Amino acid sequence: MKTNYLMLHTITRIVSFIILSFSIFLFFAGHNNPGGGFIGGLMTAAALLLLYVSFDIKKIKKVIPFDYSTIIAWGLLIAIGTGLYSMLFGYPYLTQFFEYYTVPIFGEIGLKTALPFDLGIYLVVVAVALLSILTIAEDDT
Amino acid sequence: MNDIILLPVLIPFIVGVILILFKKNIQLQRFVSGLTSLSLVFVSIYMVYLIYQDGIMTVELGNWQAPFGIILVGDLFASIMVTLASIVAVACLFFAFQTLHPDREKYYFYPFYFFLLTGVNGSFLTGDMFNLFVFFEVMLLSSFVLIVMGRTKYQLRESFKYVVISIFGSMFFVIAIALLYSVTGTLNFAHLAERIGEVEQTGVLTVIAILFLIVFGIKGALVPLHFWLPNSYFGPPTAVAALLGGLLTKVGVYSIMRTYTLIFTHNQDFTLNIILILAGLTMFIGVIGAVSKFDFKKILAIHIISQVGYMIMGLGIFTQMAIAGAIYIIAHNMIVKTALFLYCGATEKVTGTTDLKKMSGLLKTHPQLGWLFFIAAISLAGIPPLSGFFAKFALVLGGLDAGNYFIVFVSLVVGLLTLFSMVKIFMYVFWGSPSLTPEQAKERKVGKLLLPGIPLIIISFLMGILAEPLFILLFEAADQMLDPSIYINSVLKE
Amino acid sequence: MEILMILTVGVIVSVSTYLILTKSLLRVVLGLVMLAHGAHLLFLTMAGLKEGAPPLLGEYASSYADPLPQALILTAIVIGFGVTAFLLVLSYQTYKAHKTDDLDELRGSADE
Repeated sequence: MKTNYLMLHTITRIVSFIILSFSIFLFFAGHNNPGGGFIGGLMTAAALLLLYVSFDIKKIKKVIPFDYSTIIAWGLLIAIGTGLYSMLFGYPYLTQFFEYYTVPIFGEIGLKTALPFDLGIYLVVVAVALLSILTIAEDDT
Repeated sequence: MNDIILLPVLIPFIVGVILILFKKNIQLQRFVSGLTSLSLVFVSIYMVYLIYQDGIMTVELGNWQAPFGIILVGDLFASIMVTLASIVAVACLFFAFQTLHPDREKYYFYPFYFFLLTGVNGSFLTGDMFNLFVFFEVMLLSSFVLIVMGRTKYQLRESFKYVVISIFGSMFFVIAIALLYSVTGTLNFAHLAERIGEVEQTGVLTVIAILFLIVFGIKGALVPLHFWLPNSYFGPPTAVAALLGGLLTKVGVYSIMRTYTLIFTHNQDFTLNIILILAGLTMFIGVIGAVSKFDFKKILAIHIISQVGYMIMGLGIFTQMAIAGAIYIIAHNMIVKTALFLYCGATEKVTGTTDLKKMSGLLKTHPQLGWLFFIAAISLAGIPPLSGFFAKFALVLGGLDAGNYFIVFVSLVVGLLTLFSMVKIFMYVFWGSPSLTPEQAKERKVGKLLLPGIPLIIISFLMGILAEPLFILLFEAADQMLDPSIYINSVLKE
Repeated sequence: MEILMILTVGVIVSVSTYLILTKSLLRVVLGLVMLAHGAHLLFLTMAGLKEGAPPLLGEYASSYADPLPQALILTAIVIGFGVTAFLLVLSYQTYKAHKTDDLDELRGSADE
């Protein structure tokens, strides 16, 4: 029997984008305010999962054709690389640097090496959460 | 130059991550992982040399000062353990190249092998309680993956129990850390050692100390908490069992020795007594279990438990001689037990079983395997001039000097029973009329399978011959452990 | 407040103990998750519940909260997240291989 998930699909299309944009806000809010890579990543994973649940896994696979295990590896590499970067200049591993720049429209913003580190964490969290859930979900036998 | 103590943690982590990217290319994975693990051995030996020359090294991660930030501390004991871990890891890796099923290799064996090393080396080198927890978890999670890899029915069933016990232990770890933090207000080892002296209610501290003993006891398979070990190490392939058997329990033992020499030194009459009682029980029950079994791999797995007892015994006696002996026996045990496991794996490859009653007469068809196993087995039992003898000799000497006659007696009885169970394996497997037909024997050569174990046997032999200079190094390490002020001063830089 | 927290932790830990001792695979997993929550709450309580501004650069307050336990609990939660994910997959695989989630039947025979 073919069921019609019209309500679910319509709402998902809107809600998942709200969640996604909020997750990106959380990701950038980190460091000086509540937020950060882990929370942002979990929320992104939640948004993507909502897509997987309401549409079919196969369909979303076509839309998001990434191999999550490689994303985990890249995320970890970015995070480690941020730490190694400080060793190049003779500081201990994982030393943070920050600098403030003035950008038109946005005004003064701070750039920190914690940001790429958080990006790495973000990628890892998204990929791990999706990978572990999809591994169980795909297994129909 | 202090950055060198970062390398044993950082190198395996980076390489492990990179290997995930090349999951299809197994040849490349093998090449890179072999090269990396060999280089780790050299890095760690150089680290021991540097620390022996210049004293304890520290690295403050992120440039945050010692009691506030995360630090890595390399003292002699830790660096010796890192060296041993990398030697064991190399031998297991080269054995895995030849025996591991290609399917398992594809399922991220090598990345998780390196993550395991990251966790193990990190636990040895970390300088605060919470990172000990974090590195423990890194190590445990990788061990979960390695132990369940292959997913046979037996493995799934037994590793579920192992995983549940480990996580239960980890949660106790968090609780113990919470209590410790509420009493002392710090988690840095050196800072803790300083503050413990100022705490007035030592009763609470003793409770916390015992809580930590339970946590590390689960990891290190001390006797009332050992039940998970034999079955869960029986399931995975031998290369993995050898790796886990050589490394995981030793991390538990290391943590007990580290915390009880550095931090929980306030009520030693009570705590060391408990440790001695546990050591006696662990040794005895472990060896009795081994005597009762008729399975090659299981006997070796249960022997791990009885050997843990010896290590803890050295801590319980708490003299310079006994601590040095304990470090020596950890070294001896990691090396020799891995060699035994590898030869068990070679035997399994030849006969297709690990059941002692189903094989016999391998000495006629595979004499090299038989004699190499024999050397490793008598070394474990403690026959001079191999390393096992000096390990037990130092412990017995330390015990007699300190007047702990009963535990010395138990350890000697256990040594005898160890010899008995090793001879039992040798008789069943290698004596008697060959169970293989001549054609089968010709077909199933062991040749290259023996190679990874040979360096371990040579090391065991050298450790016996060079016991004198080795003990000078170990006495130095024991002095560093028995005098916490050295550690505290070099970490807090006062 | 401390007493309330301690009572909560006690209830959570006792519930988790009950769950871990039951025979079903999934309940054991849930029990471990509960135990993790209990341990984290205990950590928060033992480190001292106090009022204060978050320990951030921009805040100028007379008293600050202690950041260390919060950082540690966050780390422990992340680790717990990974472990739980693994444990769920493992218990599902075990269930599939053995066709049962009854731990009594997963004991293993005595002669092995």
